[in-house]
Amino acid sequence: MRRRRKLIAEKYIARSSAIAARLIGGEMMIMSAVDSTFFTLNEIATLIWQAADGRTPLSAIVTDKICPEFEVDPGQARRDAEQFINDLCQHGILTMSDQPINAPEAQ
Amino acid sequence: MSLLAEMNQKALTLNIPLSVHLDVTYRCNERCVHCYLDHDDHGEMTTAEIKEILNQLSDAGVFFLTLSGGEVLMRRDFFEIVEHARRLLFNVKMKTNGVMIREPEARRIRELGVEQVQISLYSHRPEIHDAITKLPGSFKRTVQAIRFLKSQGLKVVIANVLMASNLFDNTGVMALAKDLNVPYTLDPTVSPKMDGDTSILALRIPASELQQVFRNKELVGNVEEFCAPPPAPGEDIMDGFPCSAGHTACYITPYGDVFPCVQFPLPSGNLRRQKFADIWQHSPQLNEVRSIRARDLPTCSACAHVGTCTRCPGLAFMEGNMRGPSTADCEKSFQRTGIPSANMLHKNRTSFPLIQIQSIA
Repeated sequence: MRRRRKLIAEKYIARSSAIAARLIGGEMMIMSAVDSTFFTLNEIATLIWQAADGRTPLSAIVTDKICPEFEVDPGQARRDAEQFINDLCQHGILTMSDQPINAPEAQ
Repeated sequence: MSLLAEMNQKALTLNIPLSVHLDVTYRCNERCVHCYLDHDDHGEMTTAEIKEILNQLSDAGVFFLTLSGGEVLMRRDFFEIVEHARRLLFNVKMKTNGVMIREPEARRIRELGVEQVQISLYSHRPEIHDAITKLPGSFKRTVQAIRFLKSQGLKVVIANVLMASNLFDNTGVMALAKDLNVPYTLDPTVSPKMDGDTSILALRIPASELQQVFRNKELVGNVEEFCAPPPAPGEDIMDGFPCSAGHTACYITPYGDVFPCVQFPLPSGNLRRQKFADIWQHSPQLNEVRSIRARDLPTCSACAHVGTCTRCPGLAFMEGNMRGPSTADCEKSFQRTGIPSANMLHKNRTSFPLIQIQSIA
């Protein structure tokens, strides 16, 4: 029997170097150097941000870090993560690729 | 409340130093007449020492890092310092006179992701600017630097200090800033020297001229609102503190001394002997600054301006008492609103009659 093709392509995410960031009381505070937009990330988003090393697949970030920590449904977690990542990509804070990315060192 | 205001509040609650101003050197290629610094090198920190301090600041939660001097580019390792700071993901702003910035330096500053470059410019007339900096040709080079930085897409801000000698050039600098397409800030404050020498205060503009500055809508926005009489202070005002110095911000000298603010030279520790976190959390001096609320100020708590005054605790400290008034700010409040401060009334009761009679016509 022919194996079913994987429906969801793997994605890799990396933090941009054109940002300033600091963890303040459990919340990640980020400012884009491109347009000075200011963001704060909640705990889940902070976990994704910290794991965005360009090498770890998004699916692994969701299943290994988000789901065990926050006890959320993997499908829902993946959809929420992609929405969040798309938002940050639009502001140049994260980059996403279907290949591993050379990224700055993790904070 | 904006996100930034929320983070400020959070930093305050958690005792996190959100902003640090680090002077990497006091050496300078200019000799500005109003400068409060001693430009001799008394043993400034090495590259390794500064990098280690940046590591500690990052661990302590510092987000905004202002690198200043002296002239920052007098340090040959300046870009190495910025590179390290950016690797630690600080939001870096730098202050410079721009004289040493050409196209390659501007490009490097952009590549390093510096958020903003503040450049001092005192006049639109070369002879006036150069007379203040005491460096012939500095006006031309500074303006060129602004153009180099702008061509790299960097955010540049012109900072002007208003003194008697450039009093009438304010609108000219503003027009030049507009022409260069950069924001403009104006500060009418000349501070005493770090060693307490107050001779340079003679350079301040006459108090009466402040009225013109405060009624310039291009500088202050809504003049009526800006110059309105102060509202009666509520409990929140009396329980408040004057500024972020020592609360969510501090200053570090090129020798590793920690002060609450660049304008508040209260020695609170030294980073060559102590860790930053120890100083920030346990310095008796910083804790004393943090303990002061508006209601604790003997003169200012009874002043009509207590809720709206720009009272600088550092300038008050340099006048002899960090709980006392800062007379320069008393003057500003008076010139802004026409209402004398408690300090002014206390000092010279006869100057301000209790009943002022004005002609109806």
